[in-house]
Amino acid sequence: MEQAVNKTLDIEKIRKDFPILQTEVHGNPLVYLDNAATTQKPQVVLDALNEYYSATNANIHRGIHYLAEKATAQYEETRKAVQSFLNAERPEEIIFTRGTTEAINLVANTFGRQNVGAGDEVIISTMEHHSNIVPWQMLCEEKGATLKVIPITDKGEIIFEEYEALLSEKTKLVAVNYASNTLGTINPVKQIIEKAHAVGAKVLIDGAQATSHLTVDVQALDCDFYTLSAHKMYGPTGVGALYGKYELLDSMPPYQGGGEMIAEVSFEKTTYNVPPFKFEAGTPNIGGVVAFKAAIDYIQAIGRPTIAAYEQQLLDYATPKFAELEGLRLIGQAENKVSVLSFVFDDVHHQDLGIMLDTRGIAIRTGHHCTQPLMDRLDIPGTNRASFAIYNTEEEIDKTVEAIKGTLKMFR
Amino acid sequence: MTINAIQDEIIEEFELFDNWTDKYAYIVEIGKKLPDLAEEHKTEENIIKGCQSKVWMTARMEGDQAVFDADSDAIIVKGLISLLLRVLSNQTPEEIAKTDLYFMEKIGLAQHLSMTRSNGLAAMVKQIKLYAVAFQAMNA
Ligand SMILES: Cc1ncc(COP(=O)(O)O)c(C=O)c1O
Repeated sequence: MEQAVNKTLDIEKIRKDFPILQTEVHGNPLVYLDNAATTQKPQVVLDALNEYYSATNANIHRGIHYLAEKATAQYEETRKAVQSFLNAERPEEIIFTRGTTEAINLVANTFGRQNVGAGDEVIISTMEHHSNIVPWQMLCEEKGATLKVIPITDKGEIIFEEYEALLSEKTKLVAVNYASNTLGTINPVKQIIEKAHAVGAKVLIDGAQATSHLTVDVQALDCDFYTLSAHKMYGPTGVGALYGKYELLDSMPPYQGGGEMIAEVSFEKTTYNVPPFKFEAGTPNIGGVVAFKAAIDYIQAIGRPTIAAYEQQLLDYATPKFAELEGLRLIGQAENKVSVLSFVFDDVHHQDLGIMLDTRGIAIRTGHHCTQPLMDRLDIPGTNRASFAIYNTEEEIDKTVEAIKGTLKMFR
Repeated sequence: MTINAIQDEIIEEFELFDNWTDKYAYIVEIGKKLPDLAEEHKTEENIIKGCQSKVWMTARMEGDQAVFDADSDAIIVKGLISLLLRVLSNQTPEEIAKTDLYFMEKIGLAQHLSMTRSNGLAAMVKQIKLYAVAFQAMNA
């Protein structure tokens, strides 16, 4: 749809939308390359937060006064925006959470507890974030089920035949990420879902890394669950969403008990509300949810194909420049990647490199990126990771490469 | 020299640098100079869990002084270790146990290094103090 990317994309203008990009760190203009951890927030999101607390603040649902109605309407508007962003069938299929982590825990504690029993199996991949490992481990431990792990190649791609071999009628759930936060790998989730469904298993897609980069269509993917974090999509922290197919959500037991999630409460018996409210106990992060819509609108206004193409261009620009650095090993060389560049130098510790880049105002992430089992598989203690967003530039990449060169000299 | 005299000396040395790049260049240099711990001492037992880098440390008594040797797989941390050992190694356990470490704060390192990075060092300081207390108990 939007093929001619750069003719229409004015990056300087986009950069001006993000106040933090105008700041300095240790006396240098900030170069922010830690977008896989969290993205910066455009002014429209900050304004929406401010506007919410200045002119709308009230507790949602059940209120009959003006502000309560207004807050509820705005909160539900975001639900519709997320629905349309993911192309879900109904807004009721979107449950607000604190983020991907809570969304995954929600599924493990409801669907998981209900459907995974002794001798059953849950499948994840080697490149999962801890938040898509630990909840399943806890579930399997509780139920006497087994966690199976799909192996990957040295390049960082799932070995599909091995995945197929793991599937059986014992498989109750497959939980994999759409894109890896450490390697950038975009996983073939559609095929993964198809194969899982063929043995009657449900599939959860961890979309934390994918959702701000790719055009996501949960109906076309046919995933049963999909998770996202607003803070990785130019939105506020403390907000995320779980998508689930409605019938599935309807059949699941509630997650937390409290206000909002009930239909009727007596001391003898409580009946539960319908999805999504059944899963939204207590007062949520209303302001954050409301401002999340501004982030979605911001992404939509630029256009996801445009964002994806531009970020791909940054990745294609950066990869060979980084690869030329003496002694650099790229970690994650999948065919299809989001804009994540992980690398190591065998003779320079990632922590040393990270600290020195920081003194020049360059923010990268170093360490295991909450993927320790993946680090073990690749036999490295951690990586240096630069991850790009819509506001990054080739000039920033050049600056970073130069700064790394200087740093390497210092350590060698 | 007393622990505080050494701390003050380090603070004075760092006053010569007017930017962080130079401070770090110095830390890297002393980090490179700190002798490696023999491989046989880099054991799980001697490890101090930091966040991103590993730190190993051994301790022993020499006369009435506690002597520490330490190493890290990251050079900047090694430089910081070097400063820390300069202050706290070869002192009596009594002095070490009651010491108030202020030089990190004064040279701005505590603020510059995020908590996760300084955590490893904080853990190391704690470990040194624990050793000091243990040595005191042994002598008592
Ligand atoms: C792939 C992946 N999954 C899950 C998470 C956890 O997301 P959150 O911390 O927003 O809950 C992250 C965040 O780093 C991630 O990259």
